[in-house]
Amino acid sequence: MPDAILSLSHITKQFGSLLASDDVTLDLRPGEIHALIGPNGAGKSTLIKQIAGEIKSDSGDIHFNGQQINELDAVARSRMGLARTFQVSSLMPEFSVLQNVMLARQSVSGKVFRFFRPVLGDKSLVEPAMAQLERVGLANRAQMRAADISHGERRQLEMAVALALEPKAFLLDEPMAGMGPEGSKRLTGFLDSLRAQAPILLVEHDMDAVFALADRISVLVYGRIIATGTVDEIRGNEDVKRAYLGEEA
Amino acid sequence: MTMNRETLINTILAVAFVAVPVIAMGMNEPFIITLATKVAIFAMAGVGLNLVLGFGGLVSFGHAAFFGIGGYAAGILASHALNYEPIMESPFLIEGTTQMIVIWIVALIVSALVALAIGAITLRTSGVYFIMITLAFAQMIYYFAISWPAYGGEDGLSIYVRNGFPGLNTLDPISFFALCAVMLGIVMLFSAILIRSRFGLALQGARQNPQRMTAVGIAPFRIRLVAFVISAMITALAGALYADLNRFVSPTMLSWHMSGEIMIFVILGGVGRLFGPLAGAALYIILEHLLGSVWEFWQLPLGVLLLIVVLFARGGLVGVLAGERKHA
Repeated sequence: MPDAILSLSHITKQFGSLLASDDVTLDLRPGEIHALIGPNGAGKSTLIKQIAGEIKSDSGDIHFNGQQINELDAVARSRMGLARTFQVSSLMPEFSVLQNVMLARQSVSGKVFRFFRPVLGDKSLVEPAMAQLERVGLANRAQMRAADISHGERRQLEMAVALALEPKAFLLDEPMAGMGPEGSKRLTGFLDSLRAQAPILLVEHDMDAVFALADRISVLVYGRIIATGTVDEIRGNEDVKRAYLGEEA
Repeated sequence: MTMNRETLINTILAVAFVAVPVIAMGMNEPFIITLATKVAIFAMAGVGLNLVLGFGGLVSFGHAAFFGIGGYAAGILASHALNYEPIMESPFLIEGTTQMIVIWIVALIVSALVALAIGAITLRTSGVYFIMITLAFAQMIYYFAISWPAYGGEDGLSIYVRNGFPGLNTLDPISFFALCAVMLGIVMLFSAILIRSRFGLALQGARQNPQRMTAVGIAPFRIRLVAFVISAMITALAGALYADLNRFVSPTMLSWHMSGEIMIFVILGGVGRLFGPLAGAALYIILEHLLGSVWEFWQLPLGVLLLIVVLFARGGLVGVLAGERKHA
């Protein structure tokens, strides 16, 4: 077994009387898509937020790329190479599509405090940003305001921004949310090819996509991981069927 | 290349701004030149505030602090020079000066340091708290100035002879106007370059969506702090010129009324518009003198106008004339 890029051990998070993360242990290995599924309110997004550094865990350890990152904030974790997308698109509405991606490139370049050179003429930002837009199929929307593109296109833009960060691991929080069947299919194909670039921790409700993509699946119910395994193992797991997949699975 | 409408409006504004005092000089109306100079200085203060308010989305209600610091830099240095009293004799001698360039440098340095301290604290808050804490800091400096008798306290400080600039007779109204107009032009150009730079992109990003900024690995706090300091320095420069225009500086320059006025220039003219502060300051001065000469309660219609702008014309005067901005 190759060393995990990202590993969580015994992560616990409590909000009042609600145990959002209950002793979660989970890892993400090179080249894999690890899907995290579970019913609404199981604590999937809360877990993503803890990994991204947006909220602090009460206890437990997170290791990323061989380093313990418990005390690092979201900015530092992003700079280390953890790229996340949001369940509800979180973009710069007044910026053009291109500018949204350029901002991420700016961060990767490490040179944000430059005061004089016009950013739109900066080829070292524009070209790699355009390249990512081409990868997700948004190049023809580059000059439109992010607020003016369609919902599906905003999802694609979220992906392009994450790609532009050239991360060592992706945290994708329901990338298919609100996409039509056509869009979901296209994104499924895209994510399939993406695992070669960096492993993906994928939170997703679209079971077709999950079963098509995942190397491993973890099932989260009431903050606890009740099972981790391959697609076939999860499909055959009685606990999972009862708790989540229901009769039809 | 075709000129877009905002560029056209900006050009008309700039031409009118320069033409009016030149015509006034021909007609021997020095008072109008003084008014135009006031517009230039207020616009400059607004350009400073607009950087954080318009582009950074940070509603600072304490910019009078920096305006006043600039003013006191001019007043204090000049008074020492004119009275032949060094500011400090040991361990080394520091004397006053009547050279504007030296005064400006002092104003820029002091305002930057004060803004760094105020910003480091206030920028940890947001929304209403940010507004109130910037106001609180400005008021602290205001009361400090009032209770500091060495430099006139409540009565303020007179600058008997306007400070000098190499090769220029600053006492000549049109020359001083030209100096202020050129400084305004430089500051606006700087501001235009800044908002198109990498830093500018990050600053505008931090306004729109701090969560996204964090996710791409850029900390909004540092970006905002640098913007706050630059903004304060520009406003302080305007303050130094304002003290020289009036040949007088008093705690009024530091009061919250002044903070409010600077904010009015920006909002009237157009928040986040390059020429917004110039349009706003010009409109304010015109209203003050046209309405003010016929009705002492001229601020009532100004208030109504401000209300209309905030409710119906978010882009201010420039926004109404030039239409909605495309993207940043």
